[in-house]
Amino acid sequence: MIVAEGLTKYYGQQRAVADLSFTVRPGVVTGFLGPNGSGKSTTMRLILELDAPSSGAVTVNGKHYRDHRAPLHEVGALLEARSVHTGRSAYNHLLALAQTHGIGRRRVDELVDLVGLHDVAKKRAGQFSLGMGQRLGIAAALLGDPSTVMLDEPVNGLDPEGILWVRHLLKGLAAEGRTVFVSSHLMGEMSLTADHLIVIGRGRKIADMSTEEFIRQASGTRVLVRTPQAGELETLLSGPDVTVSANGSDLLEVSGLTAAQIGEAAASNQVVLHELTPQQASLEEAFMTLTKEEVEFKAAELESEEVGV
Amino acid sequence: MNSVSYVQQLPKLEHVGRVTQLRVVVSEWTKLRSLRSTRWSLFAAVLLTILFPVLFATLTRTHWGSMSPHERADRHPLDIALAGVNIAQLAVAVLGVLVITGEYSTGMIRASFTAVPKRLPVLWAKIVVFATVTFVLMLPAVIAAFFISQTILSKHDILQISFSHPGVARSVIGGAGYLALLGVFALAIGAIVRNTAGGIAVFAALFFVIPPLMNILPASWNNAISPYLPDAAGRRMFSLDTGAHDLHPWPGFLLFLAYTLLAVTIAAVLLVRRDT
Repeated sequence: MIVAEGLTKYYGQQRAVADLSFTVRPGVVTGFLGPNGSGKSTTMRLILELDAPSSGAVTVNGKHYRDHRAPLHEVGALLEARSVHTGRSAYNHLLALAQTHGIGRRRVDELVDLVGLHDVAKKRAGQFSLGMGQRLGIAAALLGDPSTVMLDEPVNGLDPEGILWVRHLLKGLAAEGRTVFVSSHLMGEMSLTADHLIVIGRGRKIADMSTEEFIRQASGTRVLVRTPQAGELETLLSGPDVTVSANGSDLLEVSGLTAAQIGEAAASNQVVLHELTPQQASLEEAFMTLTKEEVEFKAAELESEEVGV
Repeated sequence: MNSVSYVQQLPKLEHVGRVTQLRVVVSEWTKLRSLRSTRWSLFAAVLLTILFPVLFATLTRTHWGSMSPHERADRHPLDIALAGVNIAQLAVAVLGVLVITGEYSTGMIRASFTAVPKRLPVLWAKIVVFATVTFVLMLPAVIAAFFISQTILSKHDILQISFSHPGVARSVIGGAGYLALLGVFALAIGAIVRNTAGGIAVFAALFFVIPPLMNILPASWNNAISPYLPDAAGRRMFSLDTGAHDLHPWPGFLLFLAYTLLAVTIAAVLLVRRDT
């Protein structure tokens, strides 16, 4: 369980995270979404107390991370920027981390096997591909059998097989009752993995809700209608709150009406329908809608800065 | 490979211990010995410590006949025996800086501080491990350098000095002690600067650039300041003669120790306070 209250972080004059409050609960996968530079990695560093917040506080399992006696047993973390000495072998990297908690070599072997690095464990980490580096980072995160798993962009650089593996692993960890907190810019991946979403933009929280609700809220009602009598139906449906746009000769995109309302209107006026499909916005679209203002604001700010120079 | 075969449950860990200083020391020992750069630097330091006295002793022996009395008087057997310390200090200092800056440049420091978020145990462990390893390796090296160079110079009575002669054992052991302490000093500089090139530059400035610059000062100033610089103070640990303006060996050692402790204190304060 991670609880953040009013978390704020400035780097010099630059605000990275602003008044961020959220709770990450055990037993589900919580996705942490935001455009690049929105403060996801900063938030994770603040949770681990690698950086100190300018104001506000964050606790893990009821305590500041620093105050835990066995930190690796509380939080297992994979940070976005690589956190591995390039000159050391994967095995020795894991061993050195394990030894700080008196964790033995057998556990290191177990994790090397779990993440599929058995054949390259004695190789220097600097020779690893991005995907292998991610696997090593995940192994390090799971070393202490942590009750909270926090991964920054874990599927970055993984092949499709690896992505599938991470997805199953995360769901499995959550099913065991652990707290799983995963950031990603791959919205599609999040919609498949995360049960709950915390969305931030420019360091501020934009949304904090179940993935299902997030998509529903952002998608509105949009229905795709295929009919040979497109013109007729368009006139029929038009109203003050309804927008109908023609998409080719026989395709209409209707918003403001449900599929049922459209179907009934067509039936009572004997209009033939070939297709009637309620459209669900993808998580990508939902995300874009929500963060649009943030991104636009940023772009405008950048422009004015450039003019200023 | 079938992707399903990948999916395995995370095995439970039966016993999770808490972080202790001793465990962090064990971890830092693993880190130190598992890097190629460490092994090479220490190997080079040991080799240089022995090879240079061998080289100087051999040159002295072969050229003895053609040396002027003044030149001969300038040769001191202990200077020859410990000549390698001057060279080895470069390897030790660079490695001392790298022990910590290598973690910053690769991002390893984030993993280290995630495992040990109180941070200071990491610094103490690095200091203990590096100082111990350096001392344990350099002590046999300086002792070997002493006896090998003495053997090479055995034909020249005036270049013979007994290990039991007052101050000789202290100087020889002091050579290894100086290198160990210097390594700690360099490590602290690395922790303060957090950048390999910067750390080495600061070290080089303190030990190789500032001391000769002192000669520009008026002699009275130079004599008043120079003996108290870290380099001059530290070198008293492995020197026999005390010049008119030099500190005696033990005060020199204590001053160098004080400089090192000051650097370590600054490093510790910054380590806890700064963002990673």
